This record gives sequence, structure tokens and C-alpha cells, in this order.
Amino acid sequence: MPFKWFGKISFVPYTRVTDFADHLKDGKLMGSKCCDCGQVTFPPRADCLGCMSSEFDWIEYSGEAVLNTYTIIHAAPTGFDDIVPYMLGIVDLPEGGRLMGWMGDVAPEEIEIGMKLKVVPRIFDEIPEIKVHYTLEKA
Amino acid sequence: MKVGIAGIGHGKFGRRSDATVQELAFEAFRLAMEDVGDLDRKDIDASIIGSVPEYHKQRSLPGVVVEYLGLNSQPAWLTEAACGSSSASIRSAYMAIKSGLHDVVAVLGVQKMTELETPELLALMGRVGDVQWESIFGSTFPGYYAFYANRHMYEFGTTHEQMLKVAVKNHHYGSMNPKAMFQKEITIERAMAAPKVADPFTVFDCCANADGAVCLIMGNEEKVRQLTDTPVWLEGVGSATAAMSLLRRPDLVSIPSAKDAAEQAYKQANVTPDDIQVADVHDCFTIAEILAYEDLGFCAKGDGGKFIDEEQSYIGGKNPVNIDGGLKAKGHPVGATGASQTYEIVSQLRGDAGERQVDGAEIGLTHNVGGIGQYTFVHIYRRD
Repeated sequence: MPFKWFGKISFVPYTRVTDFADHLKDGKLMGSKCCDCGQVTFPPRADCLGCMSSEFDWIEYSGEAVLNTYTIIHAAPTGFDDIVPYMLGIVDLPEGGRLMGWMGDVAPEEIEIGMKLKVVPRIFDEIPEIKVHYTLEKA
Repeated sequence: MKVGIAGIGHGKFGRRSDATVQELAFEAFRLAMEDVGDLDRKDIDASIIGSVPEYHKQRSLPGVVVEYLGLNSQPAWLTEAACGSSSASIRSAYMAIKSGLHDVVAVLGVQKMTELETPELLALMGRVGDVQWESIFGSTFPGYYAFYANRHMYEFGTTHEQMLKVAVKNHHYGSMNPKAMFQKEITIERAMAAPKVADPFTVFDCCANADGAVCLIMGNEEKVRQLTDTPVWLEGVGSATAAMSLLRRPDLVSIPSAKDAAEQAYKQANVTPDDIQVADVHDCFTIAEILAYEDLGFCAKGDGGKFIDEEQSYIGGKNPVNIDGGLKAKGHPVGATGASQTYEIVSQLRGDAGERQVDGAEIGLTHNVGGIGQYTFVHIYRRD
């Protein structure tokens, strides 16, 4: 599955971490682990930030997450005007790294920085191509 | 050898549907040449253009600008660091002069943002973040600073009302600046009730896209002394970068590149935050000015809300900030903003700022942030 099926609008069709989208389709959230120094990170990197190795393995993340911060977008860019307002969260992942995604079942009045959330892999079913993404749901 | 500023020219900021980008550059350049007085164009050794190219229909801007200004055949090039582009030009000019390669350099910050149609602008707006992992969910520029704002509120109890007090201050001073896009006072009540952009921000938390140009004539000590009786010296040049993505920053309550750049500039200029008598900081969003108070050391981390509550950034306060109106009231023609900040600080240090003058100002600072802190430039200026 090409990386261009990841997200609502794709800007980057080609990448060395293209398998990320396939794993997400299979319900798995994957980070990268450097084969040389073992550094684990999200978003995944093909090239290690720590030791510059270009050998990496996929490592499955638990999906556990803690809300670091959020916003609600009212003025949207091209391609997102049909879903405003939408809530975006940045979460800290215990395995390492952070993730940005749409808030799922959390209402604006319920949102609280520090709350536990779960990253859930999703398939858009309302469009012909298989598009994948993830949402942040109450833990 | 010192590097200084001999001449300054500031064009009118706003929606400039009357002029092309090179005509905007000419307006600022002519004012700077008039300010210097006795300088022939052939004695400008090089021109450095600060601009963000994706807003213009014209490709490779320096070529058309130097032709229109009559600065052929001297060298010219572009520096790009998003909203910090013309501070990158100032840094390049400093290096060129300090090395002895050039004696006199023209810095031109120039931007025309209203040339693009709204759909093109909205598409550009969708590509400010990391396009691989973030823009695919519809992240926006205001959204990124809103992430900072909500985290700052959570950690330190900062309020949206405190953020809007920054906008009230900047519009207050902008009302006295004829070059500003908006020359009207605003109230907290009106700002709070305005349409929402990205929670907690309303439109009054955000600066506006604008067109405009600013020119600075920089030179070595000997040339600057020949050209002006009121030299202003660039004594501290700090610059740093930070991770493009907020996902890879150490925390979401400060801009790491701003702290690093400030530390370098203070050290080089041998001054402390308490010595800064006037500052122009990058208030692209209200929270950004609060972060700047803290990252520049005007107050402790977390105390930025209190700093504006106590009016410490007004004239008469501890460190007057953005008393030209800031990006908020002047408008933000991205490539011109760093040069515009410098224009204000030079005017203040010359004693030429009129009703907005800080009495006896000798040391001033500019803080120009590119993107969401991917690049920051902090420059410290001093008069004789």
C-alpha cells in the first residue's frame, strides 16, 4: 500500500517508511527501532537521528497515549473545510515520541490535558480508495 | 571592526494592490537612500533579499529586484528562513562586512502576500507543518501556536484574556504608527467575541498577511561613520534552529531556538535582559509574544501572563515590547518583518520614534522567529 493512502490529503507519496500505511491498515501502530543503537521513535524514521544508521526494524506501539496539548481548528486549509471544526491532539507515547491526530470520541467540554487516550488505527470507509489514519479515543 | 546601520527605509504595510513586489522594494530602498543622503548606488557592494519565494508569481526575486533598483552589476542573493528571512539577510550582511568582503550592503526585506488568490493561500496554509505526519490531518499555523497556548495555560495558569492584552497593547501602539496596516485601538471584549480561528485564538490573536518592504543600509565602522551622524551598531547576532515538528521538541511551553539565539546574542553584546530598553519581538500570535518575554529572559518561564498584566511591556515598564504595533498591528509581510523590527529599533536608538519614543534608549533587541521556531534570530543593537 503506497504511503499516499495515509491521512486525509497526501503530500508525500514516496518514503522509505511506506510500510507504515500497510501496518496501519492491519490495525497496527508502528514506530521505528534502529538496528544499530536501538533508538525507538515515533513518527518512524528510516534513518536514525541518534547514530545515523539507515537500518531499522518496525516495532509495534501499544497505542497508549497521554494528551500533551490540543486545539480546535475553525479556519481550515484546502481539503479540510468539509470537516470544520475539528479537534487535533498531540499525545506523548510511552514507547517514545509523540503523535498528532484527530480527537475521536472526546467532546470539547471533556478534553483535559494530561488525560489518558488510546491511538486507534482507522480505515476511512466513506471513500472509494482505502485511506488509513488514526484517531485519539478515550482510554 | 564594528558593523552598523547607516540608513533605514520603511514602506507602507498593508494590502498593496497598487504595486508589484519590485515596486514595493523600490519604495523602501528610495527612503533608505534618502535617509543616508550621500551614497551612490554603485557604492553598494551587494544586495541581500529577505523573502519567502512561494508567495510570489515571479521566480528568483533578487534578479528582478536589483534590476528595478538599479543595483546591477553588483552581487545579489536571497536568504530564506520563513518569517525570519530578512533577519537571515542581516546575519548574512554582518558576515559579509565582518569578513572584509564587502564594505556596504543593502538588506531588502520584501514580500507580497496578497498576490495569490485565496484558494492558493489556503493550500499554502495547509503545508506549514511536517507534510508527512501532520499536514495530512489539517494542521494550520494558528493551530501550532494554539497547541503552545493551551499547554502554557495548563502548566502556568496563563489565560486567554492575558493573551488578548498583548493584542490590545500592540494595537494601541500601532494606532500611532503611520506605516502600520491597522491603526485602531481594540478592546478585550471585542477581541474575545471575534470569530474563532484555532481554539483558544480568535482572529484578534493572529497577525494578518500583508504586503510591504523595508530596506537597511549596513556597513563597516568607517563607512557607517562617513554616512551618518547617528550610527547604530549591531553588537550581538544570535541564531539557532529547533526541530521542525512539535512532536520532536523537548517541551511545548518554550521555543528552544529563541532561548539559544538570545543566549548567544546577550553573550556577544555583553548585556543582560535587564539592559534591553526597547525590543521588537515576533508576535505572529498573542501567545508568541508571551513566550518571547520568557524565552528572552525579560521574566521567568511561566510569568509571561503576569508580565503583560502588570504592563511591564508598555513604555514605562521593565522592557517595552513592540511599541511600533508589532506584527499584530503592522501586518506581517513575512520576508519584510525582521527588517521592519530593525527599522523600529534603529529609530528608537536614534531618538526618532516621536510620540512612541522610549526616553534615552541606548540598547535595543529584535527577536524574529521563522515558522513555529524552526529558526530564530536575536539581534542586539546599541547606539554610540
